Amino acid sequence: MLLKKSANNRILGSQITPEDVYLNRRSILKSLGIVAATGLSLNSHAGIFDQLLGNDTPSEKAPRKPLAYTPGTLDPGLILTPESKVINHNNFYEFGTNKTDPARNSQHLKTEPWTLTVEGEVEKPGTIDVWELMETAQLEERIYRMRCVEAWSMVIPWLGIELGPLLKKFKPTSRAKYVAFETLYDPEQMPGQKSRYLGGGIDYPYVEGLRIDEAMHPLTTLALGLYGKTLPPQNGAPVRLVVPWKYGFKGIKSIVKIRLVEKQPPVTWNILAPHEYGFYANVNPSVDHPRWSQASERFIGEGGAFSSSRQKTLMFNGYADEVASLYSGLDLRKYF
Amino acid sequence: MTAHQMLKPGRKTSNTLRVCVHIGALAPLLWLYWAIPQGVLGADPVKELTHFLGIGALRLLLLTLCISPLARALKFGLLVRLRRPLGLWCFVWAALHFSTWLALDLTFEWSLIGEELIKRTYILVGLLALLLLLALAITSIPKLMRSMGKRWKQLHRTIYVIALLVCLHFWWSVKSGWIEPCSYLIIALYLLWLRRDSIMSYVHFKHRPVAHDNGASS
Ligand code: HEM
Repeated sequence: MLLKKSANNRILGSQITPEDVYLNRRSILKSLGIVAATGLSLNSHAGIFDQLLGNDTPSEKAPRKPLAYTPGTLDPGLILTPESKVINHNNFYEFGTNKTDPARNSQHLKTEPWTLTVEGEVEKPGTIDVWELMETAQLEERIYRMRCVEAWSMVIPWLGIELGPLLKKFKPTSRAKYVAFETLYDPEQMPGQKSRYLGGGIDYPYVEGLRIDEAMHPLTTLALGLYGKTLPPQNGAPVRLVVPWKYGFKGIKSIVKIRLVEKQPPVTWNILAPHEYGFYANVNPSVDHPRWSQASERFIGEGGAFSSSRQKTLMFNGYADEVASLYSGLDLRKYF
Repeated sequence: MTAHQMLKPGRKTSNTLRVCVHIGALAPLLWLYWAIPQGVLGADPVKELTHFLGIGALRLLLLTLCISPLARALKFGLLVRLRRPLGLWCFVWAALHFSTWLALDLTFEWSLIGEELIKRTYILVGLLALLLLLALAITSIPKLMRSMGKRWKQLHRTIYVIALLVCLHFWWSVKSGWIEPCSYLIIALYLLWLRRDSIMSYVHFKHRPVAHDNGASS
């Protein structure tokens, strides 16, 4: 697959096993001067967490399968967020509004089998068997920054494929100007959809959308895994969107439907609070949320409360070189 | 405990309850001292800590407001001795909540702190509530209390305003879901409603320093 190569998105040629990648990553971390090996501190965190917060014991956790993939590289200066934090600190209101709710309440989500429908303004509408895709597609590791609209951030090694080429297989028509995404709607499995209180007052199913050029951008990823394995339910198993230059809520989880459309589709957070969350939701340090500043963010890394670090937020989350041209001439203050 | 004591709770009971208040308010802070280094607060411990201390402070505030209606209902006058420790602990929790924001969230970046204070109404409302709580905490020193006389009572009535300010602060701070802040507001309004007579007379008194007798104390 031909990709514009850049520092943020470089593909190594060789196919190696996940174990090798971990060893690899460890040496990267060491070379960056991180003393604590990722795995170690993680496990101790996870253990105490599980005991005290009554989380499911590991045996009750949804199993995650190792995936074969082409490894990516970590940008110089970036530090990976430990896996246990990536999978225990989630916004997935379908499973509760507290950050630890999704990991607790989602483990029984039935993700297999899973089909993803592609319809609307396409010549060949159809469905994708997601687990088949996982086996047949050439998965890439894409290590991206993730910036939440709540002013915290992570760096996450996703596994997935570029969305654009997949969409092209369904032959979008000339009327396909936008792409609308939809999460599974299943109140029996998702307590937040059953109760307005648990679900934060959102009207489900969760819907998201991109302009077609955003959806076709090489950074835009359909993620099927993270940290070498399939996604855990709380991170949007089995398939989710990752758009690294936008706020995290654009990364819709557990997707069942993709619909190409002519008009800008409604998106969940914009429906809920239109003056706080826009359709574009590009990371932009100079456009504040009405109730808090977006100029800086708390990076979620190895440390605890007393070593929390605040860093400057970058325009388009650091991907300006790749994506700024998509928005030339657009007033980003008005279209936030 | 004998049946007699049950019916007529006295100084001993109120002393015991005071100890309970101190333990109840201190124990979670000691727990935090242990829990924070252990990583129990999860991946974003700063936010978790802010919420934990904020909610705790609000609960202590509402508990403080429960005391005099309870004392009246239980005919247990000495229960009001719990008001001062509860109110002071509320201030301690609120001050820690504020310090978490200042030191751990904004890491003493003064330009950002100044900006947030000006731009975010909910932060400003929180600050106002905290300053009022500070005034109440300082003036609860017994000596000051006595020397202030009647003015002390007037000043300490601002706790009603503080309760409303904090509920507003809570409401404006949440990203979505109004049910939780709303339930705290309803509790606060109920506790104020129980005192509607004294609040009304206070309001009238303030607006009409020269007493026109038109039923102000009804
Ligand atoms: C200068 C003073 C204050 C500042 C800077 C401040 C700051 C904050 C911040 C940053 C939040 C979290 C918002 C978020 O979720 O992003 C918050 C929430 C809260 N604060 Fe404050 N606060 C102040 C005073 C107070 C006081 C005096 C009280 C109570 C007595 C209080 C009670 C609360 C409560 C109940 C919440 C909601 C917690 C939750 O969502 O779980 N705050 N405050």
